[in-house]
Amino acid sequence: MGLLTLSSPHTHNQNSTQHMMQMVILATLPGFVVSTWLFGFGTLINITLAIVVALGCEAAILVVRKRPVGFFLNDYSIVLTAVLLGLALPPLAPWWITVIATFFAVVFGKHLYGGLGNNPFNPAMLGYALVLVSFPVEMTTNWASSIIATDVTASFSDTLSIIFAGASSDAWTGATALDSYKHLITNATAAEIAQQPEFSGFLNAGWAWVNLAYLVGGLWLVWRRIISWHIPLSMLVALSLCSLIIGWDADMYTPLSLHLLSGATMLGAFFIATDPVSASTTTRGKLIYGAGIGVFVYVIRTWGAYPDAVAFAVLLMNLAVPFIDAYTQPRTYGHNKAKRGLYQKQPK
Amino acid sequence: MSTTLLAIVMAISIVALLALIFGGILGFAAVRFKVEGNPIVDQINQLLPQTQCGQCSYPGCKPYAEAIANGEKINKCPPGGESTIQALADLLGVEPEPLDAEHGAEKAVPTVAFIREDECIGCTKCIQACPVDAILGAAKQMHTVIADECTGCDLCVEPCPVDCIDMIPVSTNISNWYWQAPTLGVELIASDRRARRAEAN
Amino acid sequence: MTQMIRLHDIHGGIHPAENKRQSTQTAIQVAPIPNELILPLHQHIGAAAIPCVNVGERVLKGQCIAHADGFVSVPLHAPTSGTIVDIEARPVPHASGLSETCMVLQCDGQDEWQAHPSLLEQKNVSLVEQLKPADILTFLAQSGIAGLGGAGFPTAIKLHTGNYPIDTLILNGAECEPYITADDMLMRERADEVVAGGEILLHVLQCARALIGVEDNKPEAIAALEQAVIDAHLSHKIQVVSIPTKYPSGGEKQLIQILTGKEVPSGGIPAHIGIVCQNVATASAIYRAVVHGEPLIHRITTLTGDACQQPSNWQVLLGTPIDYLLTLAGYQAQQPERVIMGGPMMGFALPHLQLPVIKTSNCILAPKAKELPLNEYATACIRCGQCTQVCPAELLPQQLYWFSKTQELDKVEQHNVFDCIECGACSYVCPSHIPLVQYYRFAKGAIREERAAQEKALRAKERFEQRLARQEQELAEKEAKRKARAEAAATAQKAKQADLAEPASAPASSVDDTLEKLNKQLAASQAAVQKTKEKLAAAQADPEQADKIPALEAALEKVTSKLKSIAMELAAAKKAAAASTTTTGDSDKGDPNSPERLRKKWETAQLRLQTAEQRLAEAMEQQLDTVSALQTGVEKQRERVNDALAAYQASQTETQSDVANSPDNHELEKKILAQQDRVAKAEERLTMARESGLDTVDALAMGLQKQRDKLAQLEQQRVASSTPEGV
Ligand code: SF4
Ligand code: SF4
Ligand code: SF4
Ligand code: SF4
Repeated sequence: MGLLTLSSPHTHNQNSTQHMMQMVILATLPGFVVSTWLFGFGTLINITLAIVVALGCEAAILVVRKRPVGFFLNDYSIVLTAVLLGLALPPLAPWWITVIATFFAVVFGKHLYGGLGNNPFNPAMLGYALVLVSFPVEMTTNWASSIIATDVTASFSDTLSIIFAGASSDAWTGATALDSYKHLITNATAAEIAQQPEFSGFLNAGWAWVNLAYLVGGLWLVWRRIISWHIPLSMLVALSLCSLIIGWDADMYTPLSLHLLSGATMLGAFFIATDPVSASTTTRGKLIYGAGIGVFVYVIRTWGAYPDAVAFAVLLMNLAVPFIDAYTQPRTYGHNKAKRGLYQKQPK
Repeated sequence: MSTTLLAIVMAISIVALLALIFGGILGFAAVRFKVEGNPIVDQINQLLPQTQCGQCSYPGCKPYAEAIANGEKINKCPPGGESTIQALADLLGVEPEPLDAEHGAEKAVPTVAFIREDECIGCTKCIQACPVDAILGAAKQMHTVIADECTGCDLCVEPCPVDCIDMIPVSTNISNWYWQAPTLGVELIASDRRARRAEAN
Repeated sequence: MTQMIRLHDIHGGIHPAENKRQSTQTAIQVAPIPNELILPLHQHIGAAAIPCVNVGERVLKGQCIAHADGFVSVPLHAPTSGTIVDIEARPVPHASGLSETCMVLQCDGQDEWQAHPSLLEQKNVSLVEQLKPADILTFLAQSGIAGLGGAGFPTAIKLHTGNYPIDTLILNGAECEPYITADDMLMRERADEVVAGGEILLHVLQCARALIGVEDNKPEAIAALEQAVIDAHLSHKIQVVSIPTKYPSGGEKQLIQILTGKEVPSGGIPAHIGIVCQNVATASAIYRAVVHGEPLIHRITTLTGDACQQPSNWQVLLGTPIDYLLTLAGYQAQQPERVIMGGPMMGFALPHLQLPVIKTSNCILAPKAKELPLNEYATACIRCGQCTQVCPAELLPQQLYWFSKTQELDKVEQHNVFDCIECGACSYVCPSHIPLVQYYRFAKGAIREERAAQEKALRAKERFEQRLARQEQELAEKEAKRKARAEAAATAQKAKQADLAEPASAPASSVDDTLEKLNKQLAASQAAVQKTKEKLAAAQADPEQADKIPALEAALEKVTSKLKSIAMELAAAKKAAAASTTTTGDSDKGDPNSPERLRKKWETAQLRLQTAEQRLAEAMEQQLDTVSALQTGVEKQRERVNDALAAYQASQTETQSDVANSPDNHELEKKILAQQDRVAKAEERLTMARESGLDTVDALAMGLQKQRDKLAQLEQQRVASSTPEGV
């Protein structure tokens, strides 16, 4: 046998896709722990269910597509999709919501486009948007209320029976903060709302703690260079600017603090918008992409029919990615100008 | 009654007027922005390999390009092969068809003619056959092929009375060699992977 | 000295494990001379060198054994004394693993130098400053110096900057690739040579300052260089700059950017922005050539990797086999075995070890599997953008990869693939383990090939069109000539017809009249010729009449030419007569072997031949495929003519014995004259064909030959026919 000949480089930094996915999953841990503590076991059950369904769907599809099952299940990308979906869905949503969303995310969001790396949309958000549009009631009423409001969360078995047996969840659920604030502000001033227990004090509210936990996880990812800072930062900055410029009147609009620290803002900024496959790849493109998500989040939250908007904002910007990428190519070394736009055949 | 009539007449005349105006504009544009010549033939000719071998049954690439422009099939050029057919299909917006076997097959490797010079009797027959004047020589003198200019069309082989012309594959050397795209690539299918593992062990 | 330079950052870059300490523990050692050196003729960028010694010849160390082929090429020198035992294709160290022509030198171990005066000695000066830059350039070209850093670009060409004024010379001592320490050790131990080389380069370039860029992980080298600069009193000209360690800061373009902030324009060369960059090892080689007269015959090579027990640097003769070298470093073969020439980032894996060290071999790396693990399987690109972040050329590697994979070559090009320096940083960080650089290499190669093919197609098209145009013109010319001829023939025909029209009732008699007249004329002029000849002979014999000779000669010529023309006319008349007889019917049906009948036969055969020839010529002009058939027809016809002629002549000679009354045989002479005429005509036709093109030349040449043969035959006959008379 001759010697091994492969093209250079002959060395590698030993990073891998699998490792990156694992890191991202790991980084959701603080947010997950805090939300389980504050809102009960719903999230845990959702995530577990989503992972099981996702792995099943993935395996089935790989078999159909005649790909090595073990090899691709091993890359953790589908687990990450399932985890993100589980974190994003209402904790007390009935089981079939999770199943449908996961199935749709894996089969339609990922594999019909050719599998990992080829999907133009964020699969988790595609699944989420589908159930949000199809089952608006289940998706808005099943948010667990925080331990701060109810002093105690539903027990594990209660949660199980709510999710799987359809037991009434009324005792444990409440509207999300964004949703209730949006309703309250139409006939109360900001000062009056602040009196309500749910909104009294800044960090008393459970959703702020959860968001901060995600922020911590996200910053860790940035520090480990698993994700770049461009998308989260530009998204948060754009959201803040919108809120400061348009929503400066606190008596009419949801305040900035609520925008940043409630709903899926931090989860979206650090974990969902940064999904590399469906995000922009150029540096300037990332800034534009993030900013676009921020603006859409604000617009949909403020004027849209849905209380939260991360899923739609991300999907809308996913659509724009090829365009953004084409117009934000970097200026290559030795060139005076960056090339722009889509490729055009030069007439000879 | 008369007002309705008037309206109708008005409408018709306005439409007619508009038609006239736009017709005029179009006519002007047609004259003003007239495209000279028949660029489609040139464009097609650009895509043909210019081997000038005549395998397409036309006396060269340009005549075939003209024929294509007049509706001839695009799958008759063996030297160009599938890639040329694809390019022509893209240009003309038609469906690519497989190469018409009647005209010959695509060569697996590009070749150039080579004259075994000690056998050459200097009959000049190959010179007359070569469509691109790639052969040098004079009557009763040894002939030779300018390899850089030879398109590998094979036309000179047959006329040679002493069969001293060979078509030899274009050689690869360290100047024109290049890496091929990786074969062990993305999305291995299961069997590949097993083979790979077996190889590694 | 370092403080005066503001450093700039390059985009991206990576920090792979350096692994340089292993091989810097011992000083540079001189490798022993092996038994055999393999010297590829193509060790550089450009055309391969051409051997200038023969197999079996003994060569001395430093002797030029292959000279440069043109401007962009580099000669080759014998690294030691010995015998050239072979010039043959051998595998060369190249990623392709292909074989190229190599000269094989059997070393005799005496290491005997050829006289090698330095340039200073040759020019009889003591200082480099006194040399002319142009002389130095020529000398460097003759000394076989090519870039020792990696690509092997002919140094003299790189220094030949034309009209671009150079303001900065950069000596590249960055050596950013992991493992390699050849330049590091050179700078530590031979800093003076590097600095002296830099000084020569400054002089050649007429440039005021030089920067030596060294990564800050080589403090010993920096210190040594600084000391050398001070010792050489060159502090005002040469600065040693310590730059941050980061791969690939040693890339030429990157080093230029770090040191000057300028970028080499895409597709351009550093000279375009007033910079020339040379490797430190090249600078040292330049010094050794100019000051010591040593051509490039050895280099410093790092032998390293965990599979080598004593990683170290060696001064190696070019052509030394790698397996021989590796034993010097205590190499232990691994399983699977992998040996890399160059560094782990940009080097190439060798297919086997029976390969020589060449001018660009800066490192032989023999790693264990553990230190440089092989790539895992490639998985799908997740567009993570890590490659973009590290790319020093600020490309979008994942886009390039995507388009290369789908072979959308125009898009790859649009994304500036040709600005990729193949540094491998992108592949190094890619979490999906995609062999990105291989894709780019493939795309570049395919694009280049496509370009070449396009260029060739364009040329082929042009040549084809030129040929067509030429052929058309020829055709037009020929057509014009043919028409002219046809017209002339038509008028002649008309005249003939007019002649024939009147005596149509008795065409034979009129023809016979003409013939008779002509025959008489011919006889008269023949008599005149005879007389003149006699007079001439008499004049020649009599010295008193010598002065008359020229006049007589002129007269003879005149009468002969008259004779000729009469003979011609006679032939034409005979033809006409033959034509008329064929139309009027042959009356002489008596003796088929009568001379008259035979003559007629011969003449008709000739006529037929003429028409056949004409038809053939026409067919050839129009390139009909009947040409060959016609040719055989003509051939046959000609034979018939000859037969007829022979028969006729035979019958003639029978009758001639009494007919002939002069030593000259009238009939034969006539025939010969006619034949001569035909030869002349054929010659004329041939030259005409030659002038206007190729098509019929062959046939005509053949025809001419035949006519000549016939003439010769006739002449022989004349001899034969006159013989019986003499007897
Ligand atoms: S077959 Fe192709 S290459 Fe040959 S003449 Fe026709 S178009 Fe040209
Ligand atoms: S040399 Fe022969 S093969 Fe080459 S182009 Fe001319 S005719 Fe064709
Ligand atoms: S580093 Fe690899 S996986 Fe990431 S974008 Fe580049 S090519 Fe794709
Ligand atoms: S190999 Fe080319 S594309 Fe990759 S990092 Fe280096 S310059 Fe950029």
